Parts: sequence; C-alpha cells; structure tokens
Amino acid sequence: MNADRLRDRLAGAGLGRRWARLRASDLYYSFRRSPTTMAAAVVTFVLVVGAVFAPLLAPHTPFVPASIDINDAFKPPAWAEGGDWRFVFGTDNQGRDMLSTIMYGGRLSIIVGFAAVALAMSLGILLGLSAGYVGGWYESAVMRVADVQLTIPGILLALLIDGVVRAILPPNSKEDYASLVLVVAIGLASWPQYARVVRSAALVEKSKDYVAAARVIGVPSLTIMLRHILPNVMGPVLVIATLGLALAIIAEATLSFLGVGLPPTSPSLGTLIRVGNDFLFSGEWWITLFPALALIILSLAVNLLGDWLRDALNPKLR
Amino acid sequence: MFAYLVNRLLQAIGVMLVVALFAFIISNYVGDPINNMLGQDATHEDRARLRQELGLDDPAPVQFGRFVGEALRGNFGISYQMKRPVSHLIIERLPATLELVFVAAIIALVLGITGGVFTGLRRNAVSSRAIMTISLVGVSLPTFVIGILLIYGFAVLPKSCVHGVHLFGTLLFDCADVAMISLPSFGRGETVDIGAWQSGLFTAEGWRHLILPGVTLSLFNLTLILRLVRSEMLEVLRTDYIKFARARGLTDRAVHFGHALKNTLVPVITVAGIQIGSLIAFSTITETVFQWPGMGLLFIQSVQFADVPIMTAYLVMAALIFVVINFTVDVLYATIDPRLRADRVAAGRA
Repeated sequence: MNADRLRDRLAGAGLGRRWARLRASDLYYSFRRSPTTMAAAVVTFVLVVGAVFAPLLAPHTPFVPASIDINDAFKPPAWAEGGDWRFVFGTDNQGRDMLSTIMYGGRLSIIVGFAAVALAMSLGILLGLSAGYVGGWYESAVMRVADVQLTIPGILLALLIDGVVRAILPPNSKEDYASLVLVVAIGLASWPQYARVVRSAALVEKSKDYVAAARVIGVPSLTIMLRHILPNVMGPVLVIATLGLALAIIAEATLSFLGVGLPPTSPSLGTLIRVGNDFLFSGEWWITLFPALALIILSLAVNLLGDWLRDALNPKLR
Repeated sequence: MFAYLVNRLLQAIGVMLVVALFAFIISNYVGDPINNMLGQDATHEDRARLRQELGLDDPAPVQFGRFVGEALRGNFGISYQMKRPVSHLIIERLPATLELVFVAAIIALVLGITGGVFTGLRRNAVSSRAIMTISLVGVSLPTFVIGILLIYGFAVLPKSCVHGVHLFGTLLFDCADVAMISLPSFGRGETVDIGAWQSGLFTAEGWRHLILPGVTLSLFNLTLILRLVRSEMLEVLRTDYIKFARARGLTDRAVHFGHALKNTLVPVITVAGIQIGSLIAFSTITETVFQWPGMGLLFIQSVQFADVPIMTAYLVMAALIFVVINFTVDVLYATIDPRLRADRVAAGRA
C-alpha cells in the first residue's frame, strides 16, 4: 500500500518535472510566441482526433450497408435549401453522411500518411546512417541511388512503384492490399531526403570526440550508430518527417484520386474527391468539395507545424 | 571544361543504364509476357516456341543487351491493353502533353517574374502582401484540387447560373456576363494536323481548352518562380551597385529592370529549367483531371491496368527527359559561372 503510493508520487513528480522542463524549453517558447502555429496545432489535433476516433465520434456509420438509406441520397448541406440537420455536410449518391465519410476517409489518409513516413524515415535513417558511418564504395553507391531518385519527382516515382506492385499482385487481391501498396509506393519514393540529411549529419558527428571515445572503449559500431550518433541527428529528421507527413497525405490523396490508390469500398479523402467529382457537373458540389476542403485544411495545418519546427530547431534563422 | 563535359556525360549515361536495367527487370519479371501474348489456354509447345522466338531462354545479360538495343530504336513492345505498338501510342499522345507543358511554362514564367518583381519592389504594399499570402495557398494546394476548384468556378458555376452574381443585394453580373467566362473543362477541343503533329494552338477553341489545364499545371511553378524572383530582387536591391546606380541619377526603370532584374535571372533560369521536368511529371495529374489526351493520361491508364510495356516506356522516356534537362542546366551553369566548373570537377573526382 505504502509502496504503491510512493510509486504514484514519484510518477507524478516525474511527469511534473517533464512538464516543467518542456515549459522552460526553447521549443515551447517559440510555440507560444507564434499564434499561427498554435492555431495549426489545434486544427491538426481536432482533425486527427476526429479522424482516428471516427468509429466512436462519427454521427453515422456510412460503411454499414444496413444503416444507410438510399432515400437520403443527394441531400445538400444542412444550411442549404432542402438540407437536413441529420446530415450536416449533406449526403452522397448512396445516402451516406458526408461528415462521417470524411472522418472515416481522413482516418485512412492519416494512417497511410503516417505509415509511409515511418517507412521512408526508417529506410532513410538506416541507409543514411550506415552510409555516413561506413563510408567508402558503400556510401557512394547509396548516395548515387539517392541522387538519381531525387532527379525524378516523387509523385511520378510513387506512381511507377504503385503500378509495378499492382502488376505483381494477383488481379483479385489488389483491393485487399491497396493501402499497403500505397505505403510502399510513397515510402520508397521519399527515403532519399532522410538519407541525405542523416548522412551529412552523421559525417559531422562521426569526427567528434565522443564517438572516438566510444570507439576507444570498445563500443560496437552498431551501438555507436544507434545510441550515440542517431539521437544527435534526429532534429532535422523530425522536421523532414513533419513536412513529409503533409506531402505523404497529399501523395496518397493524389494516387487515390488518379484511381490507383484506395478503392471506393474503403475510401480515403482522395477516393472521396474522385468519386464526388462525377457529380460536380450535375450540381452536387458538396460531395467533392467538402472532402477536398478537409484535405486542404489538414495538409495546410501539418505544413505550418513543419515550418514552425524547422525554424524553431534551426538557431541560424532565429 | 572538356573534362567537365565528359564527366557529366558519363554520369548521365550511367543514370540511363541504371534506369534501363530497372525497366528491363520490370518488363521481364513482372507478369508473364507469354501469358499476356498467348492467353491462358495456349499449349505447352506454343509457349516453348514463343519463348524461343522472343529469346526468353537466353542468359539475362544477352536479353538486357537486346532490350537496350530495342529501346534505342524506340521499340518497347506492344501494349497489353490496346494491342498496339507502344511507340505509336506515345508519338500520338506526345504533342498534347508538350503543348500543355509549353503553355504552362510560359504562364509560370511571365506571371511569376512580373509578380516577383512587383512584390519585390513594393514589399510592404497591401497588394504585395495579398499576393504573397495567396501564393502560400497556391504552394500548399494539391494539383488535382486546384483543377477541381477551377472546373467548379469556371465551368460548372457559370452554366448553373440562374439569378446572376449578387453582392449585398445589387446585381453585379447577369447570367449573360457569367456565361462569357465559362470555359471548357475536358479534352483539347478542335485540333489541326501538321504532319503527324495534332496541334491545338491554331484554333480559338484549342486555346480556350488550354486555359484551365494550363493554369492548373502552372500554378505551383508560378508561385515558386514568384517567390524566388522576389527574394532575389530584395537581395540585389540591397547591393552597392544598385545604390551607385541610383546615385548616378538613373531612372527607377533603368535601375529596376536594367540592373536589378538582370542579375536575378541566372538562378531563375536554372530553376525554370529543372522545373520543366516537374511540369511533365505533374502533367499526369492535370491530364487526368481535365481528360487531356496526352502521355500522362496514357501512363495513368497503364498503371491502372498494369500495362507493363507502356509503364516501362514511360519510365525510360521520363528519365531521358530529366537527364537531358539536368545535363543542359549543368552545362549552362558551368558556362555562366566558372567557379562552379572547378568545384564540380574536383568533387566529381573525389
């Protein structure tokens, strides 16, 4: 009983100390100084929570066929003539609530975006760190591949990888693996940025005394790379990852819009825009413009956060 | 200079060989070419004979050599989906894409440079601030969303006009005015054949069809060039030779355009050159939004249907275009700036 209470108190104190340290940090200071960043953070938070907890928060369950009624199809937004307050942003051609489909769609967009960034980041760190640390022909081979890849725009490369992976997959399982294909395509298309930054930072860190000291006392190379050098190059990696998240979300939406991403049965924001685009000419603008608006706001907010992080972590710009 | 040229040329050839290797691997090991040509029901003997004829039993390096040879002659096989030679399909579609990219590049350069000069000279004016804010939005909007918004604003809304455009209860434009700004939103319109080249540049309808896709494709590069020219202008305007030019009593016009703008153009030309590659890449998206019958639309369809011959041909062609552009920009840069020449050769050797 006593031990439990002591542990609770210690845990509380640890949290309190962390909070105090966070509040005293430069990052927190520059965060509070920038109203745009705070607004972007709030918007990002709301959108991410709304999307991730869509199954709990969404007013309707648009992908349960029993719960949708075809009589509700093509309802305009609630404030427009003929609108219905049950469907704030209106309904699509099958009578699904737009707000709910956008929340579910945003969920997929964000998950694919995060996974693609995670893949690109791991690959980039792995190759960049080892290239910078090992050097020699291995380094020039990795960096040459990165250079070649950087001359081709990412979206084109993602399209190509997407096409090749789809060609390899058996025809009837394409939809099952659609989100995985997207993650691989976007992830593989964007690792060079990470690799470049990590390698150049690792080259600088490698020649410092603490690395030499670690090597002298016999720390294995792998440990030096992961435990000593990696933490010191994470700053710029985080900046690229944040900006990369916005890019990945846009890339996913673009591929889905082009019809080579997620299928209409489990739509992301891009698929929703693609499907809704067919109704633009017949006047049902809300089916495509609301998902587009959600995509714009999400990518803009994440972009602003990334810009702030870049400026805050780069002392030269201050 | 000669050593530098040879160095860059060898690098470019190396890149193309790597790309060709990827294309070869994709076209030979993704999907089964025999199945695709004969169908599932062919007999075992037929398959073996075709394998023999196509040389699929040869060692891989021999096959790769043959692949490169065929590619150099422009032969990429036959499209699975359309059952026609890929080279014919691409040659048919190429003019549409090139015209779109050309128009987009002109829009981006003209508006980007004038906008950049304007915002650079009047950095604190309200109009400059408005342009900069709008340009921020332009950078962060995905291309296909820009396209959809433009279609909605210029093709859908004008047609669905009932009451005209009102502002605070007064009629600004009636429906006849609104109909004037209505623009076509898909296809190329009327084209004229010039030899094998189908051109939309010689008819009024062709130009009207070019406006929306051209603006959509140019918007990203427009903002990029605008911001670049602006920051370069701000930098140059601070230099001593501009102060001296002013002290000499030259007119504003001569100082701004004769001295300042000229010195900002070197980086602009470089960026514009490199960005032509991105225009070709992003034309795939724009062409899909506007159903523009170019190479990009062909490529997207090939990705949708896993049409490997078109995909490999597009990969090789896109890489070739990028390599040629990068090579040209490098050479131009070295001619303009001799310092770079020495550095790069040293770096290339290291």
